[in-house]
Amino acid sequence: MALLQVQELRKSFDGLQVLKGVSFEMNQGETVSIIGPSGGGKTTLLRCLNFLEIPSGGRIAVGGETLFDAENRRGLTEKEIRQNRLHFGLVFQSFNLFPQYTALGNVSLAPRLRAKERPDYKARHKELGEEIEARSVDLLKRVGLGDKLNYYPHQLSGGQQQRVAIARALALTPDVLFFDEPTSALDPELTGEVLNVIRQLAAAKMTMVVVTHEMSFAAAVSDKVLFIDGGVIAEEGPPEQVLRNPLEERTRQFLRGYEK
Amino acid sequence: MFQTVLLSLTEGFGKTLEIFVLTLLGAVPLGLLIAFGSMSRFRILGWPVKLVIWIVRGTPLMLQLLIIYYGPGLILGNNWWGSGASGRFTAAIIAFIFNYACYFSEIYRGGIEGVPRGQREAGQVLGMTNTQIFFRVTLLQVVKRIIPPMGNEVITLVKDTSLARVISVYEIIWNGQAFIKSQGLIWPLFFTGLFYLLFSGALTLLLGWVEKKLDYFKV
Ligand SMILES: Nc1ncnc2c1ncn2[C@@H]1O[C@H](COP(=O)(O)OP(=O)(O)O)[C@@H](O)[C@H]1O
Ligand SMILES: [Mg+2]
Repeated sequence: MALLQVQELRKSFDGLQVLKGVSFEMNQGETVSIIGPSGGGKTTLLRCLNFLEIPSGGRIAVGGETLFDAENRRGLTEKEIRQNRLHFGLVFQSFNLFPQYTALGNVSLAPRLRAKERPDYKARHKELGEEIEARSVDLLKRVGLGDKLNYYPHQLSGGQQQRVAIARALALTPDVLFFDEPTSALDPELTGEVLNVIRQLAAAKMTMVVVTHEMSFAAAVSDKVLFIDGGVIAEEGPPEQVLRNPLEERTRQFLRGYEK
Repeated sequence: MFQTVLLSLTEGFGKTLEIFVLTLLGAVPLGLLIAFGSMSRFRILGWPVKLVIWIVRGTPLMLQLLIIYYGPGLILGNNWWGSGASGRFTAAIIAFIFNYACYFSEIYRGGIEGVPRGQREAGQVLGMTNTQIFFRVTLLQVVKRIIPPMGNEVITLVKDTSLARVISVYEIIWNGQAFIKSQGLIWPLFFTGLFYLLFSGALTLLLGWVEKKLDYFKV
């Protein structure tokens, strides 16, 4: 069974339909790339899947568990929304690191707060804190920042900040990790280090959805590519198809803009 | 003579300090409430609060002192404040708190709204509760942003306390001026300035220290 199932997802903002029924599935360990023109609804899709926006219609399920179903009139409580978010992680275009925490603090903050909800927290808080710290250090080493643990965000380059943001998102072991144009805010010479980290994660079979304009990266890393235009998936398939020999004229036209 | 003056001015300065401290104690939290009110999604709450802020910030504190002190007696025919010095002092404190809370609320609002939306959202996708986001993510960034404008207001308050004399609260200038009438002495009045300078100087140092403490990160 597919790990993530998205069915007929819709979202409108004051009458403006931005997502017009988006459906796709992905399996554990897959990397899906999303490409498409600006304003097509890619960010909105990711925001809906992370419950930063509540979809107007459709269904979202993870591992067979329905997280959201617009048919269910009751709506979601704050608590359910929070539980749902823990299935997913989101890496933002603009990093959004917490400026008052070090790299290590950024990574360990949410796990520490989570740990407080454990029934055995009182008895084991010291031990739990040490575990979290050790894990956070590991994650930062994994993204190549083992020597920057105690740096504050403003002391790091954009590429380094984005790698901290990736480590931070991994710290809660999400089922699916989403990236919204993770390198668009970076100077060209810094995109490589971030893309390399995502490549490593793909090799390690992290389940990921990456919105990107880096076509050669998408071709190399994805199991599947979605081309989103006008609030719908206009084409989907393996990267060799969508990126090299698209079936749809719209896709072809879009890709022409990326040829040198 | 010098001793008499010093004693009287010190006593007046005690009153000045009282006004200063009580105003801050009241206005700092009340301002936060007013800020939340003015940012409320419910217009029925937001609009009246904004109107009150506009009136309070758009009229002189001296006028507000007079209205709050004389208003109940002259308009409602019932002088809540009583006739003694303690009544005048209470009325002054209430006017000061209300006035400063409105100024503070605008500073808070600016500080809160100045935190980028992405900060909140980053906390949300990490499964943090709204309370956790406020205390662990937003608050310190807001504090850092508002320290400089709050500092300006606090320094202004030091000097504004002298307005309380308009309803005969015996703060330092009142006491200093008394020597003109009784002894024909002007220097005690100049001397009051020294108190203000020393006090606002100390506050400036304190604020600078706090700013420096928060210098380790950038917002
Ligand atoms: N909060 C919002 N309110 C109104 N319109 C929005 C909002 N968010 C996005 N949109 C609109 O939705 C459309 C799709 O935006 P977006 O999802 O950001 O596209 P993409 O990420 O593919 O560039 C745009 O036309 C945008 O103006
Ligand atoms: Mg976008």
